[in-house]
Amino acid sequence: MNLEAKQQIWKEYQKEIADDRYYYARSCIRQTFFPGSEWAYLDILGNRLGKTVFDDPRHTTCTGIGYHSDVVPVETIMTVVARHFALMTEAGFENITPSCITSFGIYTEILHTWQEHPEIEEQTHEYLWKATRREFKKPKNLAHTSDVIYKFRHEIAAQKKHALVDVHTGRPLRVVDHIGCHYAKMFPSKGIGGAEFPAVLSGMVTAWGGEPVDYPERRHCCGFGFRNYLVLANRGYSIANSKKKFESMQPYEPDFIITNCPGCAMFLDKWQYTISEMEGTTYGKDGYGIPVLTYEEAAALVLGYDPWEIGLQMHQVSVEPLLEKMGIAYDPDAKYRNARGEDMGRPACPNYLKV
Amino acid sequence: MQKLSEKLKQDIHYIESLNSCMNCGVCTAICPAAEFYRYDPRVIVDTVQRQDEEALETLLKSETIWYCGECMSCKTRCPRSNTPGGVIMSLRRLSQEEGYFTESEKGRQQFALKRVLGNNILNYGYCVTPDVVRPEMHPEQGPVWEWIYEHRDEFYERVHSNYRKEGAGALRKVDDQTMKELRSIFEVTGGKAFMDNIENCSAEKAQEMGMDMETYFLHTYMDNNDNHQ
Ligand code: SF4
Ligand code: SF4
Ligand code: SF4
Repeated sequence: MNLEAKQQIWKEYQKEIADDRYYYARSCIRQTFFPGSEWAYLDILGNRLGKTVFDDPRHTTCTGIGYHSDVVPVETIMTVVARHFALMTEAGFENITPSCITSFGIYTEILHTWQEHPEIEEQTHEYLWKATRREFKKPKNLAHTSDVIYKFRHEIAAQKKHALVDVHTGRPLRVVDHIGCHYAKMFPSKGIGGAEFPAVLSGMVTAWGGEPVDYPERRHCCGFGFRNYLVLANRGYSIANSKKKFESMQPYEPDFIITNCPGCAMFLDKWQYTISEMEGTTYGKDGYGIPVLTYEEAAALVLGYDPWEIGLQMHQVSVEPLLEKMGIAYDPDAKYRNARGEDMGRPACPNYLKV
Repeated sequence: MQKLSEKLKQDIHYIESLNSCMNCGVCTAICPAAEFYRYDPRVIVDTVQRQDEEALETLLKSETIWYCGECMSCKTRCPRSNTPGGVIMSLRRLSQEEGYFTESEKGRQQFALKRVLGNNILNYGYCVTPDVVRPEMHPEQGPVWEWIYEHRDEFYERVHSNYRKEGAGALRKVDDQTMKELRSIFEVTGGKAFMDNIENCSAEKAQEMGMDMETYFLHTYMDNNDNHQ
């Protein structure tokens, strides 16, 4: 069955996504590893699409990594999230957009639990009032930031400077996606395409000229597994899961991996280095890795942003082979310069992975 | 004393995650932890639904409940709408509340997690910040991260963030009033007490094992007796 037919079947998994006026919920992982993605997202929404996004200085972590590492109890995370709803309410917004799959899953789960158990929502109101003297309203619309980019994928395509196409041959780029477990595995109807035929990223890829590839382990976890990465002794779990994915996608010779969750992006990028050091294996062409892009980075490249403005120099797997395929001009030295144009030296070279 | 199974039944994760298990094993087939560890979510769910107090206590003291990655892949697949990963969350909570978690190597890791995440959340307002991803503790991050870490002030400025400064933007310093509210939420909702309990149980265990707290932290962060797979 082709992809379009599959998407037809899963048409009921088309969620509602607000059109404008988003309260932005920042991700700890994204700001640490992909701050340029975050900037690109806010810039694209504000300056290219003319939308209002409120970036609130009073916003904090959702504590989600602590929650799924079982050191933060559910009552606590609910109240932290309720505080974010209160800040949103106070600022006059009704639509909330978390920018991390873990967070999105938690917001979805909390709203679901409150609906099933109103007494728990009531208790959260009380906790929040006692702790902060704040009151909250639940959001009218909850969407992940990738849902928002998906919603405007055709508007982005209309402004594109570069398509997801190999300019030397005219071949659409082959793109494998990784959706992130908590996006739709817990509440399939809350994710575009559900858990079976996730379309949030492949929809962007198609709109921007690329060819999504449905590889066998597409739905498998990247292996973060919270305590399974955070504790050094457990990291074998994490890397083994990513390895399973790399081996499954490699035969399709993907031009890049696109990810929904900043955590997954980081793992799929960094573990290619680690595996190369451990076993000498690399998954791209000629000793390179498979470049990994966040959906914001992909959107920004399509729109003609400079690769180093959006932080692609933070990736361990080099993106240059991809930039060359797409015909994107870049200054190789600017990769290593700071905001004042001064050189910051060079990272050391890995033993096997070509950079 | 209230029975363990009674306590479990009050946990919202347990309530939301267990209907009745028919032992089909679909969750085990899909589970990434079952593929990697000596771990079987079907057996866990079945043990819990039998409500055998002794078996439950053994489970709460075991390595087993700490293998799950909470990916929730099992939730999508279970034909009975159970969530073994959610059952695990309720077991882990009870194991910590009862002080059983220090009985297993993987359970003792809650101390490392509490120290790292508790510190990050309650001091910086984030679960993760660049400052805490120290290259010597994260060799897997590779040389590019090492380079970024060394130059992090100028680097984060280059990619438009507001690192360590006041106001909006990525990596900004969270203001004092906000930190006060966050800590107050932890106090009021029992999050602080939950973490204090992890700390106290761990201190006891460290003493029993003849370790100072620094050695115990390293034990819980680094040690792997290779008897898990
Ligand atoms: S795939 Fe990985 S980082 Fe991403 S949501 Fe699952 S566990 Fe989270
Ligand atoms: S998939 Fe569901 S019913 Fe089947 S063994 Fe697992 S929990 Fe039980
Ligand atoms: S949540 Fe736990 S039990 Fe369920 S599939 Fe993931 S690792 Fe396995």
